[in-house]
Amino acid sequence: MNAQAVASPALKPKDYKSAAHPTWCPGCGDFGVLSALYQAMAQLGLELDKTVVVSGIGCSSRLPFFVKTYGFHGCHGRALPTALGIKVARPDLNVIVTGGDGDGFSIGAGHVPHIARKNVDVTYVVMDNRIYGLTKGQVSPTSHLGFVATTTPYGSLDEPVDPVTFSIVYGATFVARGFSAERNHLADLIVRGVQHKGFSIIDVVSPCPIFNKDDTFDYYKPLVKKIDDSHDPTNKGKALELAMSTSTDGKVPIGVYYEVKTPTLGERLEGLKRANKGSDTLDISAVLDTFKV
Amino acid sequence: MNESKELIIRIGGEGGEGVISAGEFITQAAARAGLHVLTFKTFPAEIRGGYAMYQLRASNDPLTSQGDGFDVMVAFNGEAYEMNKSLLREGTAFVYDGPGGDFEPENLPGVYMYPVPMTKISKGDLGSIRSKNMVALGAVAQLFSIPMERLRETIQRKFQKLGVDVVEMNLKALDMGASYVRSEIKKTDPYALQAKGVNSEDVLILSGNEAVAVGALAAGCRYYAAYPITPATEIANWLARYLPKANGVLLQEEDEIAAIASAIGASYAGAKVMTATSGPGLSLMSELLGLAGMIETPLVVVDVQRAGPSTGMPTKHEQSDLFLAAHGGHGDIPRIVLGAGSVEDCFYLTIKAFNLAEKYQVPVLLLSDTSLGIRTQGIKKPNLNNIQLTNRLTFNGNGHGNGSTHYKRYEMTESGISPMAIPGQAGGAYIATGLEHDEKSDPIYTQAGHSKMTEKRFRKLAHLEEEDFSAISWEGDDPADLGIISWGSTHGSVQEALVRLRSAGYKVAALYPHLLFPVPAIAIERFAARIPSGKILVPEVNFQGQFADLISAHTTVKPIKYPIYGGLPFNPEMIVNKVKEVLKK
Repeated sequence: MNAQAVASPALKPKDYKSAAHPTWCPGCGDFGVLSALYQAMAQLGLELDKTVVVSGIGCSSRLPFFVKTYGFHGCHGRALPTALGIKVARPDLNVIVTGGDGDGFSIGAGHVPHIARKNVDVTYVVMDNRIYGLTKGQVSPTSHLGFVATTTPYGSLDEPVDPVTFSIVYGATFVARGFSAERNHLADLIVRGVQHKGFSIIDVVSPCPIFNKDDTFDYYKPLVKKIDDSHDPTNKGKALELAMSTSTDGKVPIGVYYEVKTPTLGERLEGLKRANKGSDTLDISAVLDTFKV
Repeated sequence: MNESKELIIRIGGEGGEGVISAGEFITQAAARAGLHVLTFKTFPAEIRGGYAMYQLRASNDPLTSQGDGFDVMVAFNGEAYEMNKSLLREGTAFVYDGPGGDFEPENLPGVYMYPVPMTKISKGDLGSIRSKNMVALGAVAQLFSIPMERLRETIQRKFQKLGVDVVEMNLKALDMGASYVRSEIKKTDPYALQAKGVNSEDVLILSGNEAVAVGALAAGCRYYAAYPITPATEIANWLARYLPKANGVLLQEEDEIAAIASAIGASYAGAKVMTATSGPGLSLMSELLGLAGMIETPLVVVDVQRAGPSTGMPTKHEQSDLFLAAHGGHGDIPRIVLGAGSVEDCFYLTIKAFNLAEKYQVPVLLLSDTSLGIRTQGIKKPNLNNIQLTNRLTFNGNGHGNGSTHYKRYEMTESGISPMAIPGQAGGAYIATGLEHDEKSDPIYTQAGHSKMTEKRFRKLAHLEEEDFSAISWEGDDPADLGIISWGSTHGSVQEALVRLRSAGYKVAALYPHLLFPVPAIAIERFAARIPSGKILVPEVNFQGQFADLISAHTTVKPIKYPIYGGLPFNPEMIVNKVKEVLKK
């Protein structure tokens, strides 16, 4: 993301907090994510007026209201393409996308590969609670097989998707997993994601204590392990291997799985404009003349 | 020789055989020779095979429609013959591939029959079937006095990039076709292109789709969200080449939902944006249209309508998306719907669509249609100095505190229009949300709040017609025995029908609203006051009579519906006959 959009004097995490009270239940994992986001924003020194937080619909998608920057709370599943438009129109803005697993990986799942392969310079923080919370407890695309929810009273018949694995495969250039209870670690991941030039996705384990009694903080605590320094995040094969290891040992590695540098969409578009001698004062009359008989 | 001021030539063949390009050469040559030109095309939905047709109308007088029927038919194959056989009348000239083609026409009494062995000459003498259309073109040019020099110029210009050999090969095929006619055919028909000489004016030939695209560029569009769909794709194709030259961006996206979402995002961030689609795409976009209305973000959506519902007939003509454009999406959505009636409209109304979107901070839908989108027409080069561009009312940054605590994005104003902050502006931070919200854009759920905000959003459009469409054009007699209200490309056929009816002594008038929704009730009532009989006819290419229904719902006028729904546009004769029939009753 662009380094020039930096504030002075230094803002503290609380300076990013809006007056609105979060609409989340007590004990919701999203509180931890929000705190980590404030912390990361302060650490990055993001300017309030040069930052846009974009979301779709769902419990976690209410997050933009709790941040004092510009925000966009749009349609269910459409946060990523909306963010694309904002970033392309205004490359100088810092764009952070937030939302949940239903918004991002069910209704909005079709957008993920395309944002990833375009390498749009935005950071996508997903609060993954493996449940539809706002509609009071339906199975989500990350819920496990057999998961009992209101629409699956006899257990889910579907295998879950793994956001880390598919993000690597789709060509995202920064892929990480965080844990809501590991706030400092998560803040650091968000900082790295925002600093990364290109599309960064951070899938955050963010338990819902009300509607998901399986994937709780207590369930995750013994499983979560920090990815150690021996992992080479530039090696796509190793990154995939690590991502897929969860299905065999049940552990949940948190940290950066994959990071690679490739040109961003913004850089490619600048190149395209330069190659076409892009001008703010293009002679439209001359363009009309190309239709002359 | 024919004294008529005009000539209509139709060329039919298999898609991919060069029917369209042969027609385009004649069109260019006729325009270069100073004639007014208007074309009409149909093409198959499949990429190869199927019937393709190109019709050119060339005249000394300005043209508004494709006309009725044709004077000359050129058939490249048996299918084209079969498709048009019933239209070959006494007096029609029929040029066809023969002998050696894939069919032998029956004896058609009174039709001037000109067999030209197009396949034989191209395959045999020239060694490539690909030159068939140029052989046909040469024969047609020789037969109907299409100025050979102008034709050669356009061929040279078109192929020069491909090298001298390609130019030479095409010119040779052209000459072979022409010399065959000179030596083997005795012309007996009266048709000839009445060319004046050389065109000296600033005339542009472009399609409706191209006119929309160049209009968008002129309007300041700098972000275009694309998703391919027939028959609108040409708009994206053109802008893809030109937007980067204007420091703009065109992105092809994964679907129409992503397209409109990104366009709204870019507009929120301050850009002038557009996306163009056809019916199926507009259906997908409806939810996001509501978002644009709710967050009061300028947006232009062009719908080049095709025959529906569902996949329908993707390459055929219909005007059946009006209800969708006016009412599509859930909830009460403020929006403006415009209808383009000509290639010139496509240019100027696209600019107007941008200006209205900026002025009122609403989504503006511009309806075009298949026939108009793919039709090419010669138009006078627009004078860009006469074009005014509107920019949205923006937040001035003064008198407000820090952060999002004071700025009222949706400030209650008399007009309903509130100053819009653009990200990056200090003190303007707000959360654009599809939730109902108060002036500061905080979510609300109260009865009073929702009522007040709904009224505010619609208040913006309360005076739209008086302010922006005060000069809705009408023509004809006052008073008149019958009035016609037409929208979209039906306009052209109505215009021509009106001339014929009035010269035959009928007292008729016509109204051509560009504003379709909100329904321009003032203009319609004023127009109706000129028609004491109350007979107001609304011809439109959809089954339900969609505009007629909107007129019934929003005015005191009870129109007589004249719906057609076969996939083809009206021609003037149909309108003339219908008017006569209604007046007889």
